[in-house]
Amino acid sequence: MTGTTRRDVLIGSGLFSAALMVPVAFGSSRSRAAGAPSLAGNTWLGVDAQGRVTLALPKTEMGQGILTTITMIAAEELAVRPVDVVVSIPDGDSVRFAPIDQGTGGSTSVREVWQPLREAGARARIALVNAGARQWGVPAAECDAHDGAVVHRPSGKVLAYAALVAAAAAAPLPTEAPVRPASAYAVIGKSHRRLDGDAKARGVAEYGIDVVVPGMKYAAISVSPIFGGKLAGVDEAAARAVQGVTGVIRGADVVYVVGDNTWAVRQGITAAKAQWTADAASTGTQQAGVIAAVAAALDKPGFVAATSGDLEAARVGAAHRFSATYTQPFLAHATMEPANCVAHVHDGQCEIWTGSQIPGDARKAAAKRLGLPLDKVTLHNRLMGGGFGRRLEADMVERCVDLAKQVPFPVKLIWSREEDMSHDWYRPAYADHIDIAIGADGKIAAWEHKIAGSSIMARLLGPAFKGVDDDAVEGAITPIYPARARKVTFQQQESLVPTSWWRGVGPLRSAFVMESAIDEVAHQVGADPIAFRLAHIEDPRARAVLEQARDKAGWGTAVAPGVGRGVAVIHLWDTYMAAVAEVTVDKDHQIAVKTVTVVVDCGQAVNPSGVAAQIDSGIIFGTAGALYGEVTIANGRVEQSNFHDYRVLRMNEAPVIHTTLIDNHEKPGGMGEPPNAVIFPALANAVFAATGKRLRNLPLQKGLEAG
Amino acid sequence: MAVTLTINGQRRDFDASPEMPLLWFLRDVAGLTGTKFGCAAGLCGACSVLMDGVRVFGCQTPVGDAVGKSITTIEGLTQQPLGKALVEAWNEVDVVQCGYCQPGQIVAAASLIATNPKPDDAAIDAGMSGNICRCGTYPRIRAAIHRAAQIHAGEPA
Repeated sequence: MTGTTRRDVLIGSGLFSAALMVPVAFGSSRSRAAGAPSLAGNTWLGVDAQGRVTLALPKTEMGQGILTTITMIAAEELAVRPVDVVVSIPDGDSVRFAPIDQGTGGSTSVREVWQPLREAGARARIALVNAGARQWGVPAAECDAHDGAVVHRPSGKVLAYAALVAAAAAAPLPTEAPVRPASAYAVIGKSHRRLDGDAKARGVAEYGIDVVVPGMKYAAISVSPIFGGKLAGVDEAAARAVQGVTGVIRGADVVYVVGDNTWAVRQGITAAKAQWTADAASTGTQQAGVIAAVAAALDKPGFVAATSGDLEAARVGAAHRFSATYTQPFLAHATMEPANCVAHVHDGQCEIWTGSQIPGDARKAAAKRLGLPLDKVTLHNRLMGGGFGRRLEADMVERCVDLAKQVPFPVKLIWSREEDMSHDWYRPAYADHIDIAIGADGKIAAWEHKIAGSSIMARLLGPAFKGVDDDAVEGAITPIYPARARKVTFQQQESLVPTSWWRGVGPLRSAFVMESAIDEVAHQVGADPIAFRLAHIEDPRARAVLEQARDKAGWGTAVAPGVGRGVAVIHLWDTYMAAVAEVTVDKDHQIAVKTVTVVVDCGQAVNPSGVAAQIDSGIIFGTAGALYGEVTIANGRVEQSNFHDYRVLRMNEAPVIHTTLIDNHEKPGGMGEPPNAVIFPALANAVFAATGKRLRNLPLQKGLEAG
Repeated sequence: MAVTLTINGQRRDFDASPEMPLLWFLRDVAGLTGTKFGCAAGLCGACSVLMDGVRVFGCQTPVGDAVGKSITTIEGLTQQPLGKALVEAWNEVDVVQCGYCQPGQIVAAASLIATNPKPDDAAIDAGMSGNICRCGTYPRIRAAIHRAAQIHAGEPA
């Protein structure tokens, strides 16, 4: 094992000096430019001279609500209201936030910031309390922070932070600064409206695509539609004939059309009728061949990710033996905001405006691409119209700076939906084989899980990759079902299709396979799927979410013909979650998801409303993926182009979601990905319950129609 | 060429091709970026605006078709009573996630409530299924439309 995880990759390593912070308001009427903090709890949280708490958001906001969540944690420690915190979205900077990183993925944000953020807040709060105590000549133990002020409890005297911040900053920061105990929480654990909600609803929040820079021109892009293809020809005259088009710029595998507005350059890129060439290996790449190669990789021995006990010995005398192969397709992200970037390269420097999940790394990527020192490159990050892992890649920045260095003005490059869909970095297509033996005692004797597919970690690690993709096997190596012997292997199998993170990635894949397989075993031995799971799960928190989901969903009550309930339970990203999905399948084999009952134990929920929103989000995003999601390849090209052939869920298809949050003060778990992971197997199991058809190959709707 | 358009109650002359879709005109020429680009194919509703009070897709509506009509974007809608009620409801229900589709959702909801002041769930499904949200805010949008209808009718929660 390499021991390197997705989280490690996201954190990266800071090798360059920090750039100056340039705060960016997120567009709300309440936002103000953050002044330099006078009192610094750390490099991104402090109190300014006016006594205002200032926070440079250490993670990126793509819709998951982290701006609100992190602000709430800061507000709790510094005893102010979340709306009183001045939040800025900082520039890409790999050094400032160390040891954490702005890179936002893997359901890591709250888990990463929880401790350092509270500690920084506590240091600043106690520095203010100590300053107040010194001023009054009273013991600090008699003072506390409350509503932006320090209070001396015995006398009732009050001094606002503004009056204390200079004195607090002049003294050394306290070394002993305990964080607020859960029993004292005034903000954490209480639902708070999103701080960016009003500006977004009114259309005044600024996303990357909304950025306007003086003197800016617009550009459209066409990249070779064939993987590995090269530009062979362009009708430049036709493109230039479009009113408003001012330039056509060619690259090895790309053509850009530049002009006065998006409409002009969109017409221009169509008129350019780019011609492409590609070798036979590219044009001969077909869906069936790519998928068959992934499935065939299961026959290789694979690299061992986890092993315990003697698999063969444990299988001897098994009462039941189950084995099956599951496949999952390439998936596009289809964020509502298509890929885009604004860049201005001039005088040996580069300024970039975009929405990135990896602002620090995207800045480095731009510097490398341009051959500029990092301190000559600035990346102003913006709100994102969806991320889901798409904006963990920097290709939109790289393509934009490739163009920007060739023009003497700032340029806004916008991908068309078709370009975005067909040049994504796709969720890998995977094949899994699982082999489960139940012993004579009814316990799981042997559990073998083989995983094959593209390795994202291999691409990122290069030569450091040793054969096991630690993201791909995450979850598979830590199942909630104990077994006497276990073996998990990974086999990398690449194609020309570029792959990357997609909301849940490896654990999402594992969850579908493991929770489908355990369901199949339960049915094979004639057991109720929930009772069977509970007979094996020992972890009390996993048992609790499953038992509550069973009870709240009315599990076991009669359903009409064509209706089925399916269950799944996961412990991933430090969160426990169970879901019961109820589906109907009509006579035309059309699947409709009616209700989903979710019970979650994510430890301390910072913002319960935000947790519930992520559950809505993951259940609906995952339902679209499980029922319909599939990117296919023909002649080296992606076949899908827009929402008509890459189906997503709409209002009339959205299930009713019943969410129950188990309230506790355990360490916070991640919430961005778990609901998306739990719903895939819950739906497959529900379709089985409704139809008797076990679908082992996603997407489900296509599988059901295939019979 | 010069076209005269009425946008959010203001009549102004612009230099734009009549063939230019309203989406790009609003964003790039008029500087109104609340109207969003999602698909440019009439599939997602992110570019929804009101034309004489009825929702149209900005990506499918040439500027020439808007001449002589009254165009209301999210920026103008939210200055009107119905738009204010919708934003209030959106905030109360805490609808927004990434938020990118929400201006289009609110414009579609305004068009729905203008013709059906008390839409039931089926009417909401019918009126709103032209708008895609990838974050999955549909359950809260549904709740917010019910709430906005109440607020707009002057009823208590």
